[in-house]
Amino acid sequence: MVRCFLIHTVCSVSALGAGESRLLYSRLFGPDEGIFSDRERGLNPEERRLVQKERIAVVARQVRSAVSLSREASARVLVETVPGEEALALQEADSGVVRLRAGDPFSEEMSALWLGVQSLGFTLVCEPHENLLLAEGTLRNLTRHCLEHLHMLGQGSEVLLRSNRVDALLSRLLPHGQLLFLNHRFAQALEKEVAAYMAK
Amino acid sequence: MFNPCALCVISREIQESELQKFYSRLVKLLQGKELGHETIDSLQRLHLILSATKYTRTLPPELQKKVQSLLSSPKEHFQVLSSAVLRETLPLSGQEGNYNQENISQLNSHAAVLLADLSSLCAQLLRSLESRQSEVPAHSLTHTLPILNTILTLSPECLTDDHVTLLNKKLVDWLRYASITQGGGASSGGFFTGPRSRQPVPTAELDGAVSGDFFTVLCVGQGFTEDQWMNVYSFSMLRHWLLTYHSVLSGNGTADTDDRSEVDGSVVSIVSATSSSGRLLPPKERLREKSFQYCLRLIEQSDRKAHRKTDTDLQKACLVEAVCILDCVCEEDASLVFRAFPCIKALFGRLSSDLSFARVLLPIAQFYLNHGEMAAVDCESVWKLVFGRFPAELFNDHFLAHELLRFLRLNLKSLQHRVPQYTRSFPNLLKFLAWDSPAVVDDFVDLLPSLVTAGTAVELLHTLLDLPCLSATLVLQVRSTCLPISEPGGRGLQSPDAYRNPSFRGLFLFLLRGDAGDTIDRLSTLHELLAETADWPRVVQCAQTVPLLLHIFFNTVITVKRLKRSLQNRQLRVTLLYVFTLISSLAPCLALALCFCRVFSSHLLRFCKLHPSLVVDQSHELLEFAGATANVYSKEGIYTHVVWVLGEYLSVSCDSRCSVRLITSCFEALEAVLFEITSSVPPPGADCPAPRVVTTLMSALAKLASRSHDLIPRVSLFLSKLRTLTRGGSVAWCSDEEDLVAIVTRGEELWSLLKAPGVAQSVLTPPPHVTTPQWHRDTNVAMPLRLRALTKSQSGY
Repeated sequence: MVRCFLIHTVCSVSALGAGESRLLYSRLFGPDEGIFSDRERGLNPEERRLVQKERIAVVARQVRSAVSLSREASARVLVETVPGEEALALQEADSGVVRLRAGDPFSEEMSALWLGVQSLGFTLVCEPHENLLLAEGTLRNLTRHCLEHLHMLGQGSEVLLRSNRVDALLSRLLPHGQLLFLNHRFAQALEKEVAAYMAK
Repeated sequence: MFNPCALCVISREIQESELQKFYSRLVKLLQGKELGHETIDSLQRLHLILSATKYTRTLPPELQKKVQSLLSSPKEHFQVLSSAVLRETLPLSGQEGNYNQENISQLNSHAAVLLADLSSLCAQLLRSLESRQSEVPAHSLTHTLPILNTILTLSPECLTDDHVTLLNKKLVDWLRYASITQGGGASSGGFFTGPRSRQPVPTAELDGAVSGDFFTVLCVGQGFTEDQWMNVYSFSMLRHWLLTYHSVLSGNGTADTDDRSEVDGSVVSIVSATSSSGRLLPPKERLREKSFQYCLRLIEQSDRKAHRKTDTDLQKACLVEAVCILDCVCEEDASLVFRAFPCIKALFGRLSSDLSFARVLLPIAQFYLNHGEMAAVDCESVWKLVFGRFPAELFNDHFLAHELLRFLRLNLKSLQHRVPQYTRSFPNLLKFLAWDSPAVVDDFVDLLPSLVTAGTAVELLHTLLDLPCLSATLVLQVRSTCLPISEPGGRGLQSPDAYRNPSFRGLFLFLLRGDAGDTIDRLSTLHELLAETADWPRVVQCAQTVPLLLHIFFNTVITVKRLKRSLQNRQLRVTLLYVFTLISSLAPCLALALCFCRVFSSHLLRFCKLHPSLVVDQSHELLEFAGATANVYSKEGIYTHVVWVLGEYLSVSCDSRCSVRLITSCFEALEAVLFEITSSVPPPGADCPAPRVVTTLMSALAKLASRSHDLIPRVSLFLSKLRTLTRGGSVAWCSDEEDLVAIVTRGEELWSLLKAPGVAQSVLTPPPHVTTPQWHRDTNVAMPLRLRALTKSQSGY
């Protein structure tokens, strides 16, 4: 199953230090990691939540550095796209996968798939035996919907105030972190439901 | 400029008074009869305030209770928002299983996330699956399986045996017996049809043909029935389910049945091939059989040409999943291997020539690795792909690199045993690293030790040192395939032209070779040709990983037992020689050269400690290096180590071939250098020699002299001269007074030691049993130790 889905910055943000990443959306699925770790079992819920938040921050930072190294190596020039050009932005996006070693920060090894669309990164952290081909397709689909429904190519910090839309999207396309084998017909049916939600 | 920070910061730093006002306003809103847009916006704001900080905020109890009640609201917006808010805060204090079934009247997907009592959640979910309540909307049922999937990850023991049996049965129903007609009221007629012609329409395949067999995820229709949806959800979690509950290790006496089937493999396979569907199998075995059939059907369906790209991608993903599930069920029931292999082999034949299916071929390789031996199938062509074509042609596919390297890591032991070409494939495998070092260096940290073998160690070292060149070559290769015609009047880059020049082809082809077993001499030409690529970002990233890999390489050579036994001195000598020549010839200003020197210095000592006779073997090269005064200034670190090594190990007790003449010639070389650096100003542009170099030289000379006593007068003379010279105060070759004092002190110590040659010899060249004490294993040493231990234990602490 997928452990978490993140939307975060992958460019330099003036208010943050170099290499830091601002989290715009995060959703964790499945077990609370604290239960697996002896060290964390003794923590109270508040402390556990803190540890969880920091764990996500670690993932975001690692992906940020992977994205910037990848962009540096490929020496591609980032083309600025404006709202309305979501399909183009998605096509131009770079992608990759980061291996997260066991213990850093999850208790077992994970694969973090990422898509870098301009200054935004969309990350899906999967368990090791997950079907990465399916995960990649799902990530692209989720990203496309987020870009379209949340106008993310503009200046907007709209995503911060519309996290419930991303929640609803995830509840259809990635319910409880479960990757789904959806052919175009099934996907259409679910996307209709999502569109209906967003319209209200 | 994209700047989401302002909103985050405001939310995090909201004043307490303002926050309380906001809470009370929200409570009022929630008390109203009609909850509209304003409520939704306020709830969203609340969520942002709670999630913007990593420290937990608690809500006032009244507000929390109100939000909790929204979990069972009929409007999904409120379910989503209340669930999100409650996830960011703590349950009300004093009530542990706060969110339990009593509070949430209708179990919806968003509420289920919060439930803490998993066993009862589990029981409730399964009860809802069993009963066919007509008032339960279709989609609330579909979420049952994803929720169960998370329970499987968290605590599989929540499911009782009955639950497992029930689910096995339901999964069989959904996977194999879902309806094969289109749902949603689709009819075969057109716009003007009447009720008579409204016949159920069968589902279709992705290429438009009518489905001829049972329903799978690769079937399409205008609308879908509930069990067809469950078919999709079931398949999506099938692998996880099989891995969790059906693995052989999970007991239940399956181990016995498997043993039997392995022994009577041929007999059982005939039986199961013909009449599996007719026999009434227990639920678990039945699910296994149906999963098997489902996978075979998917493999057949994936051969069809889908109309849309997303469906083609789905077909690939289905192939991967199907092969993985087949692998899984074959692990449980070995008799299935004989039924599965023809299909897998055919699939391999179909896909092996198409590189766009590379990621599908990896699970097939896993299948071959796991079951190929049992089925006595020849796997050669599979390994040729995995170790040959994939790294050579798809080195720039990030996902393939990740998955292939993961495959290697997970199967390292079997590969080392059963696939001899693994250890010879490092020139190819390293292409992944040369292309995208930051992403895969972690994998190579794990894999590199396994690639170091007695036969290939030296060549591997060469390849590691040439990695930046390989990186540049790969970039050129990729560019030349993109731009076949060379740009006229280009940007003055020589490398692309050199790459295309036939006379240099051989050199580049050597770098791009696939197998180990080659050596070449003209690498310096290559280095010159590629010199200008040294600041390309990809090359720089690659170069930064080389020191780490060298560390791992040397560490493996020294510590791994199998290498200690099989790696002969000769190979170590050649390795040492090569590195030495390289270091001597590298211009010291190159940052990379300094890195190499640093890495090598630390390992040189360990090398020589393990094989002291190396020093005698390599004495010529070592002396040449140590005798060059320029090295004192430019390569101080490694110079110090070399001198120390010479002093320590150039003796008869280390190697009987060490002659007096050798000792004398070494002495003279070092003496000359020491004279030079202590009698003149450092050359222009260089700092004073480090005190450590001076003292190491002095100690080395003293050690050598202690082995050949007629050299002692020469050393003593120098040391006393040194004392006299420095009494005058400062000297040109040492800027710091304290350092000078330390040097002189050391000189005096050595001088007085050498006054008694016998003592000097035992101190400066101690016999082995002193340097490697045996402690309790040595009867002479053991007694005092035992006595001390006894006394301590008797007297108490």
